[in-house]
Amino acid sequence: MADYAPLKFSVPEPTGRPGDEPDFTGIEIPEAGSARRPEIDAKASSMKELASTMVRVLDDDGNAVGPWADGLDDEELLKGLKNMIRVRIYDERMMTMQRQGKTSFYMKCTGEEAIAIGFQAATRKGDMNFPTYRQQGLLLATDYPMVDMICQILSNSRDPLKGRQLPIMYSSKEHGFFTISGNLGTQFIQAVGWAMASAIKGDTKIASGWIGDGSTAETDFHAALVNASVYKPPIVLNVVNNQWAISSFRGIAGGDDATFAERALGYDIAALRVDGNDYLAVHSASKWAIERARRGFGPTFIEWVTYRVAPHSTSDDPSQYRPKEESEAWPLGDPIERLKTHLINKGVWSEERQTQAESEFNDEVRAATKEAEKYGVMGSGSSPKDMFDDVFKEMPQHLREQRQKLGV
Amino acid sequence: MPQMSMIEAIRDAMDVKLGLDEDVVVYGEDVGYFGGVFRCTHGLQKKHGVSRVFDTPINESGIVGTAIGMAAYGLRPCVEIQFADYIYPAYDQIVSEAARMRYRSNGDFTSPITIRTPCGGGIFGGQTHSQSPEALFTHIAGVKTVIPSNPYDAKGLLISAIEDDDPVIFFEPKRLYNGPFDGHHDRPASNWSKHPLGDVPEGHYTVPIGKASIFSEGNDVTILTYGTMVFVAEAVKAETGIDAEIIDLRSLLPLDIDTIVESVKKTGRCMVLHEATLTSGFGAELSAQVQERCFYHLEAPVVRVAGWDTPYPHAQEWDYFPGPKRVGQELRNMMEAV
Ligand SMILES: Cc1ncc(C[n+]2csc(CCOP(=O)(O)OP(=O)(O)O)c2C)c(N)n1
Ligand SMILES: [Mg+2]
Repeated sequence: MADYAPLKFSVPEPTGRPGDEPDFTGIEIPEAGSARRPEIDAKASSMKELASTMVRVLDDDGNAVGPWADGLDDEELLKGLKNMIRVRIYDERMMTMQRQGKTSFYMKCTGEEAIAIGFQAATRKGDMNFPTYRQQGLLLATDYPMVDMICQILSNSRDPLKGRQLPIMYSSKEHGFFTISGNLGTQFIQAVGWAMASAIKGDTKIASGWIGDGSTAETDFHAALVNASVYKPPIVLNVVNNQWAISSFRGIAGGDDATFAERALGYDIAALRVDGNDYLAVHSASKWAIERARRGFGPTFIEWVTYRVAPHSTSDDPSQYRPKEESEAWPLGDPIERLKTHLINKGVWSEERQTQAESEFNDEVRAATKEAEKYGVMGSGSSPKDMFDDVFKEMPQHLREQRQKLGV
Repeated sequence: MPQMSMIEAIRDAMDVKLGLDEDVVVYGEDVGYFGGVFRCTHGLQKKHGVSRVFDTPINESGIVGTAIGMAAYGLRPCVEIQFADYIYPAYDQIVSEAARMRYRSNGDFTSPITIRTPCGGGIFGGQTHSQSPEALFTHIAGVKTVIPSNPYDAKGLLISAIEDDDPVIFFEPKRLYNGPFDGHHDRPASNWSKHPLGDVPEGHYTVPIGKASIFSEGNDVTILTYGTMVFVAEAVKAETGIDAEIIDLRSLLPLDIDTIVESVKKTGRCMVLHEATLTSGFGAELSAQVQERCFYHLEAPVVRVAGWDTPYPHAQEWDYFPGPKRVGQELRNMMEAV
């Protein structure tokens, strides 16, 4: 007995903290084009290595290579690029509005734009996303009016959610955008339920669950996996691994030595690990998984490898917990730059057109902002009367009395 | 004595206990390296080491579940749930496990854990950063529920909670973290540096769980309240000139019913004030107990003033929050009654 050394308690640490040099040597980046592309009806157990490698299409020179490079024509690619630029400019503008005191709170998705934009381009009308707060791109890629989004950011009289919900927690059934919950993880299992219903009803719609790397620790994440495993519903389970959960790096969610995608294997769910900053890879993998789901071959788990360039939210200061230069050093680069280079190589885009697109979207966002501000900022224009509606379908007597008491 | 904010006082309580008792551990989401999103554990990891103060996965049921296991081993975990709004995934562990451990094992196993969590609104946090779920815990047999309103009480109560041999839910009204807040949101915020209750002794002291404090003496009406609403009540007293006795309950369960009864018998009137939703709120319990024990001393019905029975809205925060205007009106009405 005496030969047992005292046990030690271990808490994982990231490779760098403020003041350190960023160090991503632990993140292996396989060559673009090296990952195999199985048939969409492949058994999960026949493609296990795709949970550990990385599906990548764009190589370092911006060329599209390998079996996942497929099908998108120039027009579709240009649309993807433009949508990403639009999201980034939207985010910047909303962040500024927060600093100007026109909204209480904002969260950007900087560096992660390709994931939502590329994924959404592979869905069909009627499909349902169950997004997190960092998937504004899913909504901006639809025809949902930007002015309405900003009205919610401003909590004004035209806020579609009537001031009741936090600014960034959009909701639009019509646009396949499930109402966002602030409670992490809860929607991952709901997405599975939605997909189960689609199968029960003999429909052809698919659901997409969204969750962050940190939130995979929630119990609901595991509930989603076991239910998806058992019922094989038409769903894509998306984990956006942007390396950070506020101040905690992915290792605090158990994602350091094992990949997040590998978790699916124990549940016999097909899993892909994808370069989330590579628009072509994102779109191709999304299309594969969505087609697989829609053809009745069951769920796919996708880990999108990316980096949270932005602070967690407007209330956060990342310089307190990670090296300042980390986002610069991120080995998968910037999704907009990478697609831009690809399109310039192909001769269908140029720096001038990029600048022009940026200025067009700046104008669009500026005009939408101006329009939205007419209806009030920072809660002005919201009505206390709206507070009592929609708690129930019919307002019960006690709420009517409370509303009267407030005099509205 | 040093002047502390509520954040500093809470941090100091953990610091003192970590120093005095090797069995105390502190953990939660963003609690270790970063020191908590409200900075309540800032510097504690550096001082006491990673085995005593650490970050956890985002898994509230796991945070409480591991705490229960550690406590069964013999530790005294003091864990943080980042916002009270996120305590629900841990609810099963609290209700079905921590609360019943002693009872179901005939005292063989116990759960001396403290669960700290910021509660209440007033920070424009919408429905997921503003809730006051205290009644969900006072309804559970086997957990204690406390809620301080100031730095002095916060430190003393937190030390008591960590030393308590039963599970304690420790609510921290986040709007009071940096200063007393009387509900006048349009006025400049004040801080604790000039407030007498920001005067916090160094080292170890306790404020007993189960003992209310008479925050302000008065003769004409008793206001039973806790957390953020204590300062709203104080403002209303000043603004209306009504001679109210304000009781800061501090501990909801166990409840200091003797202090309450004595006061209501003296004043003959009772208002119950909390930020949480009205229906089945803790105010219902208070109102029932006052009515049972003071019926023949009451000159008017017990009045409850609380948050409306809606989810906590975002933009309409100040219409929802029972601020000085609404509370003042209710108080005047009840003084005119009879
Ligand atoms: C149940 C629950 N617990 C805690 C929080 C507080 N919180 C909000 S975001 C966040 C980090 C989430 O990180 P991740 O899942 O990686 O998503 P990311 O922000 O990186 O997109 C935390 C802890 C919450 N919203 N809900
Ligand atoms: Mg993350």
